[in-house]
Amino acid sequence: MASATRPGSLGSWLDERLGLSALREFAAHKTVPLHSATIWYYFGGITLFLFTIQVLTGVLLLLYYRPSPTEAYESVQFIMTRVQFGWLVRSIHSWSANLMIFTAFIHMFSVVFLHSYRRPREITWLSGLVLLGLALGFGFSGYLLPWNKVSYFATKVGTDMAASVPIAGHQVARFLRGGADVGGATLTRFFGFHVAVLPGLTTLLLVVHLGLVQRHGMSSPPWSEGKKLSQMNFFPNFFLRELMAWYAALAVLGSLAALFPWELGEKADPFAPAPAGIRPEWYFLAPFYTLKLIPSHVWRVEGELLGLMGFALLAAWWVLLPFWASNSKGAVRTRWVTGAGVALLAYLVTFSLLGYFR
Amino acid sequence: MTTSHQPLATSHLWAGLLACLALALVPLAAAKDSCMECHANMDGTLKAPVTDYANDIHARHGFSCADCHGGDRNADDPEAAMNPAKGFKGHVARTAVPALCARCHSDAALMHRFKPQQRVDQLALYLTSVHGKRLATGDTAVANCVDCHSVHNIREVKDPLSPVYPLKLPETCARCHADAAHMKPYKIATNQFAEYRTSVHWEALSKRGDLSAPNCASCHGNHGAAPPQVASVAEVCGTCHVLFEEMYNKSPHKPVFAAMGGGGCTICHSNHGIRHPDIGMLAGSGAVCAQCHEATSAGGAAAAQMAGLLTKLDTALTQSDAVLNRAHDSGMEVSEPILRQMDGRQAQVKALVAMHEFQVAAVAKPVNEGLAVAAETRRAGEKALQDRDSRRVGLALSLLTIVITMLGLWMAIRSLESKASAVPKPAGR
Amino acid sequence: MEQERRSVIRWLLGGGFAASIASFLYPAVKFIDPPDMPEASVNEVSGGKTQDLKPNTGKIVKFGSKPALLVRVSDTEWRAFSAVCTHLNCTVQYSDARHQIWCACHNGSYDLNGKVVSGPPPAPLEEYAVKIRGDEVVISKRT
Repeated sequence: MASATRPGSLGSWLDERLGLSALREFAAHKTVPLHSATIWYYFGGITLFLFTIQVLTGVLLLLYYRPSPTEAYESVQFIMTRVQFGWLVRSIHSWSANLMIFTAFIHMFSVVFLHSYRRPREITWLSGLVLLGLALGFGFSGYLLPWNKVSYFATKVGTDMAASVPIAGHQVARFLRGGADVGGATLTRFFGFHVAVLPGLTTLLLVVHLGLVQRHGMSSPPWSEGKKLSQMNFFPNFFLRELMAWYAALAVLGSLAALFPWELGEKADPFAPAPAGIRPEWYFLAPFYTLKLIPSHVWRVEGELLGLMGFALLAAWWVLLPFWASNSKGAVRTRWVTGAGVALLAYLVTFSLLGYFR
Repeated sequence: MTTSHQPLATSHLWAGLLACLALALVPLAAAKDSCMECHANMDGTLKAPVTDYANDIHARHGFSCADCHGGDRNADDPEAAMNPAKGFKGHVARTAVPALCARCHSDAALMHRFKPQQRVDQLALYLTSVHGKRLATGDTAVANCVDCHSVHNIREVKDPLSPVYPLKLPETCARCHADAAHMKPYKIATNQFAEYRTSVHWEALSKRGDLSAPNCASCHGNHGAAPPQVASVAEVCGTCHVLFEEMYNKSPHKPVFAAMGGGGCTICHSNHGIRHPDIGMLAGSGAVCAQCHEATSAGGAAAAQMAGLLTKLDTALTQSDAVLNRAHDSGMEVSEPILRQMDGRQAQVKALVAMHEFQVAAVAKPVNEGLAVAAETRRAGEKALQDRDSRRVGLALSLLTIVITMLGLWMAIRSLESKASAVPKPAGR
Repeated sequence: MEQERRSVIRWLLGGGFAASIASFLYPAVKFIDPPDMPEASVNEVSGGKTQDLKPNTGKIVKFGSKPALLVRVSDTEWRAFSAVCTHLNCTVQYSDARHQIWCACHNGSYDLNGKVVSGPPPAPLEEYAVKIRGDEVVISKRT
């Protein structure tokens, strides 16, 4: 596919200034190992693609959205009813957000089960987890922006949970809320996080994450070590397949947006009591339900505090996965890691379902 | 002459101390109530008033047993405490109760000390009532003050536990008025309470907690309770339902009903069992109009026409509701037409009110307004459904382009890989 | 044969790609084009011109999704309230004879501060702020 840069052509002009031929060389040699689990290699790219969709639809929404309590709901209603294809852009943005977090989780679990985190890809793992955290932050901050009843109370519950973290909890909650309660200040802040802070950080982390992936190449699963796996060229073969996957994702998104447009809800009223059965979005359901199950006090310790400490420990353990997964000789304890991955996945799925149906 | 200041002598100190003690005992002496003290140690009906009295409004203002029953509250000896010479009355006869209560409650100066806004004409009103008149003849089966307000644990009217609290008042009246055996000698019907419980007014009171809704006393009066004059019933209803009374007064029904002996609103709507009115009252099998008007008469024709107009409006609104709901359920944003529909419902209410002029033209005006709204909202709903359909067409078109592209990609991959022998067939894809 | 296949692929891929990109760009371009009614504000509403309302009269104005009552008390004094009666949500009106706000449904009355004077309403009417800009009356929510 690489074409020679003819002297005098546009290609050679750009190459002299941008050094594109080095890039082209690199791209030509990028390969993807072929084995029974190759299909999982698509999910990182799909997540990236969905993030791009979020940025594009988000910029479009920015043309009409107003981040104040008196105008936020009305501006979203305006987008849904008066702006041409506003319903489409907004619904795609909401659906794609959920799909992106879903594929991010699939990507993370595929990395675990294929053991791609192992040496020398530890920093790729770390940056990936930060990206997952940023994605959840996007979800949490974006959820408040339509300023409807559900989003207001979900934010209240979420920031209340932050407040119960020991020592710094109240400061953190105050920082998130922009004050003592969820209100206009929170909306302004969350808007700032959602459109400036988080995108900036995500871009930075993406450069690191993607750069490292290019540097180390695609990892092959441990059981293939020693064997010579056949390789597929990334360009054009794998990339064409990726394009198919991305187009399929577009088809799914378009269908969801047209057949199940995202609801407007009712405008938030801070003085009204919380609606019955309030719960956060699905990606927060597992910890939410876990906290609900914990009794209010366990041996003198406040239940919620215990739960949050448990989550912190779990997160720390998960972040350090590449480090405890390898023994002193450098071999990976694949069985342990696979077991841990299955356990975490089972916990997340079960408790999310329980949180949804209970 | 020089005055000498004597230094404070010990005797002065003792006198001062004794005086303080004596003063300290005065409040204790003022609180002395030998009635309560003795009766608290008794059983059954002799003790009951003591336990009840803890909740009585009179207790809060410092009144005690002796203030009604007479006697000496400071005397510990029962004979001295319950001495007729000290005014002891003992058990108060039923016929003597109103006068006893009125001793204070009709005394403007006295009531002014405790509650300046309190009325003092209850006894005067009571004596005009059927209850008062009959009690004066010696009939002890009729209601007196304590039958409604209770005795010994009298609460304020605004206290939800009071028997005359708006929500509880109907059952208090019903204690006698729904008792067939009790009312037999008076030859008064006993179905009022049962009927009232089926009414919209009771529903407003009990289900919505709307304390402004009428109970028995609202229409019949409380102390001066009497059936309202049949001739002026419309005016009683009109204290809340102002517009209806205005329209009724303009209508041909007023002089006709007056000539028939009155009854006003209750002729069509009944007095106690006032149900939620509907178009069925105008026309149909249970129609009220048909009870007087023949179908072929002018009145009968007008009723049929009005019923037709109202039905048309109701149908139009219900149909546009259905369209809007369909649009909403398929995810379309129709909150504005749904709000506009409220104007249509408002027009419907206006039409039902206007009906009380009993002129077709008066009903036609709001009906036409409502029909215009219903048409507008229905159009909005239908447009939303059309938009939904065009969205699906758009989706189908873009899915088509996506499928074509994916097909092209697949074929490109196939052709790339079938001719390139260096790359073996990819496994698992 | 090969050539034909290749051109079929080229057409499918190229054409499909172009068509799909068009189907993505078309809504985006339409989206960017602002609608005719660019504002969606429901916190401020025009109550008409000052000369349209005589002293001691009132009129109903649409405020967002609910009716509002604008009352010109005198030449210089204006009041505005939510026109939704707090009893059973009927629309209230101004009574010039009584200088009060009246609800026709069950004879409820409010004074010119929105407080209940008589009848069944359990709560006062929400008051709005009225500003005069030149010859225009502007009603807005009180913050």
